[in-house]
Amino acid sequence: MRELFTADSGPLLINITLLAILFIVAIAIARLRSLFAIVMLSGVYSLVSAAWYIAVDAVDVGYTEAAVGAGMSTAVLLGAMLLTARTAKPEKPLSKIGPFLVCGATAVMLIYATVDLPGLGDPNSPANTGPGMTYVQINWFDTGVPNVVTSVLASYRGFDTMGETVVVFVAGLAVAMLLGFGERSLAETLRNKKRKDKEGDAS
Amino acid sequence: MTAAALIAILIGMVLLLVRALMGPTLYDRILAVNAFGTKTVLVIGLLGYVMGRPDFLDIAMIYTLINFVTTIAILKFFRYRSFQVPLARRVDPAKGGE
Repeated sequence: MRELFTADSGPLLINITLLAILFIVAIAIARLRSLFAIVMLSGVYSLVSAAWYIAVDAVDVGYTEAAVGAGMSTAVLLGAMLLTARTAKPEKPLSKIGPFLVCGATAVMLIYATVDLPGLGDPNSPANTGPGMTYVQINWFDTGVPNVVTSVLASYRGFDTMGETVVVFVAGLAVAMLLGFGERSLAETLRNKKRKDKEGDAS
Repeated sequence: MTAAALIAILIGMVLLLVRALMGPTLYDRILAVNAFGTKTVLVIGLLGYVMGRPDFLDIAMIYTLINFVTTIAILKFFRYRSFQVPLARRVDPAKGGE
């Protein structure tokens, strides 16, 4: 807890505000029934969490979250919404107790795990002793890239990053092929089928 | 000074969030989400100066582009119910011309 109080109060205030906004949005997503509003709010959630990642100095994660969460997944979710109804069905209140208990137990375990984590930017944490410090020292002479994370991701682990990119690309391609595009997309096929059925009924 | 601006923008974000949650029509929500993205960009830009790292401005610019593309995609989706339609107005060959 000591790190929390010795930290600058400005970033602390920003962190608290951003996390409070995240909390409100998450509650609203769980409560709303209009699927479109949920898609919109999930975009807001991604943007705020990306801003928060940047506030805690995880710039590369923030980039990915903004591009994938706010940009791509909003479009994919809207495309998926074409295939289904506009509003979710109301659920029976009692059916939610099981998932709620599972989520609560997971949250308690995660919070328990954070007690052992080192503070943000702690020089004595395992990540910052040993190899981590070595990278900070040799990075500039090896690669000439000022940001250590960038040099590790794009230079020391270049092939690993390329493999990751290929995996993400293939996953996106698979989703695109499942949902389809243009007149051969799943939504268009279903719509045409419905139209054909209607014409069959009329004649 | 920058900190005061940051706090003002955070308050603005909360107000926009209220609009996005309550928004009676879909367009209220779209507008609120778009403005929310702009506020995020401003927060990141100001955060760079508060934390003494003005190079965050580059990230803010990337966010601006993503926000713009997302809003266009959503509005297009609502106009045409599909992403596969060109945004330009299509000329009807039967009527000829615009």
